[in-house]
Amino acid sequence: MSQLKNATRLSVASRAIAAVLGGYALSATATAALSVGLPMSRMDAVITASVLSFLIYSVAVIWAFACATTARAWAGIAIPTLLCGALVWLLGPAS
Amino acid sequence: MNGSLRQSMAWLHTWSGLLLGWLLVAVFVTGTSAYYREEISLWMEPELHQSTASDDTMDLAWQTLGRIAPEARSWDISLPDARNPAVQLRWQPAGEEQPRQGGGRNRGEQAWMDAGSGEVLTPRETRGGHFLYRFHFELYGVPRLWARWLICVATMFMLVAIISGVITHKKIFKDFFTFRPGKGQRSWLDAHNASAVLALPFHFMITYSGLLLFMVMLMPWGIDAAYDGDRRAFFDEAFPRSTEAPGPAGEPADMVAIGPLAAATAARFERPVSRIEVQHPNRENARIRISVEQDVAISGRRRGGSPTQVFQGSSGDLLETIEPREAPTPLMGKVYNVMTNLHLVRFADPLVRLLFFFSGLAGSAMVATGMLLWVSKRTQQLRRQQPGAALKLVNGLNMASITGLLAAIGAYFAANRVLPATLAERSSWEIRVFFLVWLTSLVHGLLRPHRRGWIEQLAVITVLWLALPFLDMVTTDSHLFSAAAWRLGALAGFDLICLLLGALWGYALWRVAKPKPDKRKPARAREPALAEGNA
Repeated sequence: MSQLKNATRLSVASRAIAAVLGGYALSATATAALSVGLPMSRMDAVITASVLSFLIYSVAVIWAFACATTARAWAGIAIPTLLCGALVWLLGPAS
Repeated sequence: MNGSLRQSMAWLHTWSGLLLGWLLVAVFVTGTSAYYREEISLWMEPELHQSTASDDTMDLAWQTLGRIAPEARSWDISLPDARNPAVQLRWQPAGEEQPRQGGGRNRGEQAWMDAGSGEVLTPRETRGGHFLYRFHFELYGVPRLWARWLICVATMFMLVAIISGVITHKKIFKDFFTFRPGKGQRSWLDAHNASAVLALPFHFMITYSGLLLFMVMLMPWGIDAAYDGDRRAFFDEAFPRSTEAPGPAGEPADMVAIGPLAAATAARFERPVSRIEVQHPNRENARIRISVEQDVAISGRRRGGSPTQVFQGSSGDLLETIEPREAPTPLMGKVYNVMTNLHLVRFADPLVRLLFFFSGLAGSAMVATGMLLWVSKRTQQLRRQQPGAALKLVNGLNMASITGLLAAIGAYFAANRVLPATLAERSSWEIRVFFLVWLTSLVHGLLRPHRRGWIEQLAVITVLWLALPFLDMVTTDSHLFSAAAWRLGALAGFDLICLLLGALWGYALWRVAKPKPDKRKPARAREPALAEGNA
């Protein structure tokens, strides 16, 4: 019983970190990637990306707590974050 | 965590809501008051109430500034409008250069003028509605940046609580029409659902736009990526400014009368003049900028200027006519503009403002009932056991954040009327009263038994809020039974809203204080179990 409780606690703590810190990392990299990647003027791209960033954050938080397993919760946030990071690195500042 | 989506969302809703719920109540309540911050400020400055605009108001302002600030580098006159009867005069004193260190704008000197007589008015020192408005996004006495981040984190929690709450809630419309009063926890659940669903679009809008207003602080990474870390370049592009630095003052020269110029501008834009700015007044190179009220298109640019005409001060020649143009905006830019314009109610319609005020009250009620529900549910789970320290703490904090804050706001208003008008550091004393009352209610809430504590605090706020209009009668000439209060709708409205809210607290008191029906009455089998809803 207490073991189960500890496992749950650990899972909640892990998901909370994935949601709060991982979610911020994901929305930050996604905002950066959209800002350099969207086919608009750079100011419009920045505004579009930044307005959407909080929606991305909320989806990440919901995802972190809705997933069946903690591992999937982490993977669903870490992989897109890395992809977006790679995109920013590839595209660079569009100036 | 291993259950269905709905269960995990119910869990997320409960905990994201509770963790920063106390802060959110304070943000919601003080933010709601901010819809009427100008009206609150006016109410708190009774010395301005007798001012009445006339045809001579502009000439009087012209003469008054010429008398009290003839040597100023610039003048700035804000004329009376529907929300303010007095004239606000501001000027930059001559001499020193415009210091702008620390990023803050140098506001220079300011004075209030009676719009009818031209007399300079000295209202009692108060922070007015501005204090509550500032509190709702930067608290008080905390480093500004920290406070803003803390509130934005709470806002993000709120957004998560709203989304997870909606997912949790499968019968969103059916439950909206369900109210089971007098049933303890179930009634709190119904009240929570009703206040949430009733104004759901408002709650979502106010939360999301709250984040958008701090977008650059919270999410600068898009700017950094696209502009290679040069944020200044982004701002220059996003908010182009055409501020040419004013040259040195010329030789002294008389200016033409303001009346005909203002009449020309009013006729040109077919709207009354709201503001007059003068650069180098009483000099040969004086420039007079006359603006009319801005027509705020809801998706328009946030910082769009008002229609303005610029005149040469010594000759009265028209130099320039400036009409704000609608700049092409991308879809998300429009979303940003609409959301932030809604958050700041940047349109003057009084009915819309009132609707937003009530939506804000519904939002406050939603957060408050959510937290009461948390306590109620856990109290019921305990059955006859003594509530633990954690539950007591949550309950005490609930009391302080709900009734305590209302007591503090009521006391802040009362202090404005009771403290002597000439007291030194008067505006600080009003704020001290606010925090002392709030602190007292926290201590009281933690010490008193659960139900007694609520009854006592509800009694205090009922008496306090109902007493405000009467206090007004004793201490000012612009109370509910005076012509001035009705001439300026804001003043009568303030007193009426105090009475209305006081009656509401009285109703809550009556409900809580009423002897409870037998609690062990078996629940009817058809009633849905609680786990089905949220919490």
